[in-house]
Amino acid sequence: MTEQTQTPTSQYVLECRDVSRTFMIGRGPFTEKRPLRAVQDISLQVRRGEVLAVVGESGCGKTTLAKMLLGLLEPTAGDILYEGVPISSVDRRDVARRIQPVFQDPYSSLNPRKTLAQIISLPLDVHKIGTPAERKARVEEIMELVGLPRRLLYSYPSQLSGGQRQRVAIARALAMKPEILVCDEPTSALDVSVQAQILNLLQELRDELNLTYVFISHNLAVVEHMSTRVAVMYLGRLIEFGMADQVFDHPRHPYTQALLDSVLTPEPQYSLPNIAMGRGFPNPLNPPSGCAFHPRCPHATELCQWAQPQPLAADGGTVECHLHSDPDAMAKSPRINEQKASAA
Amino acid sequence: MAPNDTAKATATWNGASADDFEVDAPSPGAVMRRRARRHLGLIIGGTVVLIAVICALFAPLIAPFDPYDQELTRKLINPIWGKGGTWTHPFGTDALGRDLLSRVIYGTQISLTIGVLAATLAGVIGSTLGMIGGYFGGRVDAVIMYLINCKLALPPLLVALSVVSVFGGSIPVLILVMAALFWDRYAVVTRAATQQIRSNDFVTAAEAVGCSKTRIILREVLPNILNQIIVIASLEMALAILVEAVLSFFGLGVQPPTPSWGLLVNEGRQYMFFKPYLITIPGLAIFFLVLSINMMGDGIRDITAPEGRN
Amino acid sequence: MEGNTPKNTSDHVLDVRNLNVRIKVPAGTLHAVTDVDFHVDRGETLCIVGESGCGKSITSLAVMGLLPRSATMTADKLTLEGRDLLSVTDRQFADLRGDRIGMIFQDPMTSLNPVYTIGNQMEEVYIRHGKGGRKEARERAIYLLEKVGITAAASRLGQYPHQLSGGLRQRVMIAMTLMCDPALVIADEPTTALDVTIQAQILNLLKELQDEFHMGLIFITHDLGVVARIADRVAVMYAGLVVETGNAEQVFSAPMHPYTQGLLECIPIPGKTVRGSQLGSIPGIVPALIGEQEGCLFRNRCSYAREACTDGEIDLETGGDQHGYRCVLTPEETVNHIKKAPNAAVAE
Repeated sequence: MTEQTQTPTSQYVLECRDVSRTFMIGRGPFTEKRPLRAVQDISLQVRRGEVLAVVGESGCGKTTLAKMLLGLLEPTAGDILYEGVPISSVDRRDVARRIQPVFQDPYSSLNPRKTLAQIISLPLDVHKIGTPAERKARVEEIMELVGLPRRLLYSYPSQLSGGQRQRVAIARALAMKPEILVCDEPTSALDVSVQAQILNLLQELRDELNLTYVFISHNLAVVEHMSTRVAVMYLGRLIEFGMADQVFDHPRHPYTQALLDSVLTPEPQYSLPNIAMGRGFPNPLNPPSGCAFHPRCPHATELCQWAQPQPLAADGGTVECHLHSDPDAMAKSPRINEQKASAA
Repeated sequence: MAPNDTAKATATWNGASADDFEVDAPSPGAVMRRRARRHLGLIIGGTVVLIAVICALFAPLIAPFDPYDQELTRKLINPIWGKGGTWTHPFGTDALGRDLLSRVIYGTQISLTIGVLAATLAGVIGSTLGMIGGYFGGRVDAVIMYLINCKLALPPLLVALSVVSVFGGSIPVLILVMAALFWDRYAVVTRAATQQIRSNDFVTAAEAVGCSKTRIILREVLPNILNQIIVIASLEMALAILVEAVLSFFGLGVQPPTPSWGLLVNEGRQYMFFKPYLITIPGLAIFFLVLSINMMGDGIRDITAPEGRN
Repeated sequence: MEGNTPKNTSDHVLDVRNLNVRIKVPAGTLHAVTDVDFHVDRGETLCIVGESGCGKSITSLAVMGLLPRSATMTADKLTLEGRDLLSVTDRQFADLRGDRIGMIFQDPMTSLNPVYTIGNQMEEVYIRHGKGGRKEARERAIYLLEKVGITAAASRLGQYPHQLSGGLRQRVMIAMTLMCDPALVIADEPTTALDVTIQAQILNLLKELQDEFHMGLIFITHDLGVVARIADRVAVMYAGLVVETGNAEQVFSAPMHPYTQGLLECIPIPGKTVRGSQLGSIPGIVPALIGEQEGCLFRNRCSYAREACTDGEIDLETGGDQHGYRCVLTPEETVNHIKKAPNAAVAE
């Protein structure tokens, strides 16, 4: 509680230290359960007011990470720190006051049997914040903040469009004035024109309320537009982490490179990118040995087949690739995916 | 989202501001009312059930005679459409000279009390177990599934018969026996429905807000599966009425002289060939009430079915 | 003399003129598709792009004869390889689907039957349309699975859909579509459910297969990025109407309709859009298309709306260069508007 201990740790509003989460997967009570390492040894830091983007393909563990950040899942190892304090040592309800989610599908994220007023004031009701009149005033205030007219107060979600619903979800998340929003694919279920409205709204709210976002998305164009820091995940591992400019302008991991190459922008002068990656996405229950990305990596060598690369800290970020941590050994080790790269 | 100047300018000829939010979609309540008005089955079934409820509530006011009043001089009078029928006894009288119309009207009290209470009690037991199993999953769910399977292994009519023959046939015993026998369908359906609702993000959102499990089950899950519970309740209610009639017919249910419909059929049995109305009238009452309850249940399912997206 | 007419029609694999679809809904008549004209040639890709509810999927269902019962369709012309589809019976239409018209859907998990093996389903299409026996069907299935880049094709035939990843399932779906060598393939958001790296592979595959099998391709999507990279021609739909049409270069580099312009401004382009800046957006929502519609349907969201937009029908003006758009603005006015358009986000 003293000043001295507070100052150095609270430099980051959110921090993960070697966070792992393993699920035991079994088909029935009598079969042997197998471990699924959804998230492995993730370390990252976010400062207040930043947008941390978590990118990766489906099954890479980004949603598990989000649930752990929200306190809905406990890490099997490692610590998640909120302003330097481990979340595990804080009451569940205090975590809820500070970190709130916004989900992908605005159709499933709002209870269809409740009015907007009930949905948005739910956090206030649960935490018994203010009198009923104050809660109503707060609900109206947030509705205005997110651009919802007051007369929708007693409407039901089924009466709203997708974009309006997502505004309601954002309003609910903001009801208790949290500091961090975890947005899990907040615009991927929306139309293009509505997506832009929601992204603009999120930017405005961040400036106005000094919010910190954890922004999970597979849409690299959106991520590049929104983020200040980027974490690239592959099969549960953080393979590249750094400031947005660094990662987008000089991607170091071959997988980050491939993700960036596969962004399709509306520019007809360019043709389709040729992603020189093997086809199979590996089975997370049976991950490849060594570097998990080696079967799909155009630069993979025999070294990658057996040795797990260690995170290399550089330029305020980390990268997990032998190309950067062991350039000499990589140069000597024979390439393994040559023909795959040329055939594709 | 402040409307810019061009948007304001546009407003002059399209009659609405450019970023106007239109709410022309009807509310869930309005959708339900609109569907209900067009649902013939619901209207017919609901009307008959409503009449039965009114009969049960106001039986002393509606019934022309006391249902227990014996008048042997007026025994076995034919109903109005039969030979010698009079308007005094539109449904005729039974072997003890009791007015059949009054007995049928009072019979709705027995049928509806047993039907409603048995279905409600079973519903509370079954839905609670089903929602707990569906929400928590894992071992809790395994235990509840085991209970359901045990229940399904019991032959319901046999259990009902033996319990009633041990404890005697009274209305409270009948209600308890049926509640204990009919909860399984609620549990199976609410369990599956809860699992499906639980996967929705609004449940996760409630968890992230810090809601207690009880609150999530009661406030987030229950309102979304209530329509399904009501539909099963209507089916179970119909079943309870039938089972009561059967048990009473065998003399194991409600005891004479209480005017239960099943008992009325039983009492009319010996006059079946020359006074068939003694059986057909209470029989038809059972038939139409059960049919109407089922029609109403189907109707409720149809009008509360969720609308597709958009 | 006779030879002339069929030749004209057979130029286009699919020719659609003045297609209208009306759907009965509780609130009235939904004008789902209005006055839609398009055609597709062999080896050509037509992209129909638009947001949800714009009528792009209903258009494709109309072409495939799969409209719901509550819908009525009228058209001046609807021909497939010169054959009039307006006069065929439901049965004949069913024979055409899977044979002359192939379909690829968004979710390969729901479009493949989970209880049959892949081989079984692929062979069935071939046999059902009388192309040959079990043996030929099997050979063609293996040949096509190899074509779509599936290794160990013969052993895959015995697998069930759930044993494959999403990308592989979509490859199987594409191979299945090609079993009868269709003249036209309609793909409705075929890559939306896939991961980005897989999406690029599937799109490349479709392009390669089109070069080889020379089918016409109608690609329906909301993703302008995909459209820009694969389309020969583009039809932008809004509120049931084609609001702009032309080749990809015309539509994306010189969009003439304010809606197309607005959509393009909504999308951040890495390397061009300033990070963190405000994106362009289209205020408001799509009008409910119940009952007769008048004037330009985009006018209540359009910042250039004027009195002339309110009444009458605005035609799809197609110039000599085949670039058409449904807007009362003259090309000069539109170009001026684009220059003035407050798109500070886009750096030169």
